[in-house]
Amino acid sequence: MRHLIDITDLSVEEIDELIATAEDIIENPVKYQDVAAHKQLATLFFEPSTRTRLSFESAMLGLGGSVLGFSSAASSSTAKGETVTDTVRTVSCYADIIAMRHPKEGAPFAASQRSQVPIINAGDGGHNHPTQTLTDLLTIHRERGSLNDFTIGFCGDLKFGRTVHSLVNALSRYTGIHFIFISPEELKMPNYINESLQKKGLPYEETESLEEAMPKLDVLYMTRVQKERFFNEADYIRLKDTYVLDPAKLTTAKKDMCILHPLPRVNEIAVSVDDDPRARYFEQVRNGKFIRMALIMKLLDLKA
Amino acid sequence: MNIDSVQNGIVLDHIKAGACMQIYKYLKLDQLDCQVAIIKNAKSSKMGKKDIIKIDSPIDIDLDVLGYIDPDITVDIIKDGHLVEKKHLALPQKLVNVIHCKNPRCITTDEKQLDAIFLLSDPEKRTYRCAYCEAERKSHR
Repeated sequence: MRHLIDITDLSVEEIDELIATAEDIIENPVKYQDVAAHKQLATLFFEPSTRTRLSFESAMLGLGGSVLGFSSAASSSTAKGETVTDTVRTVSCYADIIAMRHPKEGAPFAASQRSQVPIINAGDGGHNHPTQTLTDLLTIHRERGSLNDFTIGFCGDLKFGRTVHSLVNALSRYTGIHFIFISPEELKMPNYINESLQKKGLPYEETESLEEAMPKLDVLYMTRVQKERFFNEADYIRLKDTYVLDPAKLTTAKKDMCILHPLPRVNEIAVSVDDDPRARYFEQVRNGKFIRMALIMKLLDLKA
Repeated sequence: MNIDSVQNGIVLDHIKAGACMQIYKYLKLDQLDCQVAIIKNAKSSKMGKKDIIKIDSPIDIDLDVLGYIDPDITVDIIKDGHLVEKKHLALPQKLVNVIHCKNPRCITTDEKQLDAIFLLSDPEKRTYRCAYCEAERKSHR
């Protein structure tokens, strides 16, 4: 039995297989509409989410399976003091596979130690969110036709952004990727990420200027700069607009660059960018469903 | 200073000077009924000064705990007054319930029944990471 707790639980070959399956699902959805018939997915969301939970549920329904679960800790036995492992052991008596989100880091790993069915980490605090990474990889693959040989800029909060850390980690296993980290000094990429790139001999640059990096980028991955991350409000006010993507900043970008964002956005991408053909973040949302369909099939060993 | 030789037991040698009480605590030697000698600041040609712990009973030592605290310690096994085995330690790959995660966001800080598991992440820097949240902990030396 396999779980997905961290993106590195999957080999590069397995990720490539998932991407290939997801792309086939996109082309031939009918072929897959009954592969999970009579199977049940439990979505255990100990904290709220819109996209991830609905995406998992939509994925399971798209495979002909059914879903059960809860969408907040208040509506589960956690409110009575039940441990995560007990909740998951209980639910694994009812469902064939579990997707769980929990505010505490490592909760899905704890759950996987006692679960009778596969566990998918749907986000554990600021730690991991591997299905977002799979979504990002599928989107880049669909936009570029490959996961090798391109320049990707990560912009915004690189210090606390789990999606960014996880995607850098995943991409560092491919070849020919140049990383550009664009952030204010306060929100720079943690040292351990830079060190791991150095160890692998992978090139990266750090800059505070989005404008300076823009012409070099094939992919721009935007993240939210949150006010509460700053030590003082003056720094936040000084920097917040620097990292807001608007049509003016895009004038120097490549024509085929693609803009990604894990969403939700607040104001870091102007709504006027949405109509630009390079804006791919809603396509990214759509891809999230297909890669989760491929993942559920893999973990349940289902074939079309 | 004379300390009687161990007849059947264990000598923990080459302990970094000053670290013996920490080892005493981690190995729970206070719970033993046998003679235990703690020697602080013994002269050492290799280390200048060192600590030594002599335990006059053939107990099972948790070598993982010892290796984590200080992989340079040597463990001498004594039988009938003779040294029969000298064990050199290494940093263990996995520590279970030896150290606990200090990350307040880690699930193990909420749910105390979970085993505290740490995995060796960088042998050169002697660092471990929590198996749950990946928070880093350094070995003592």
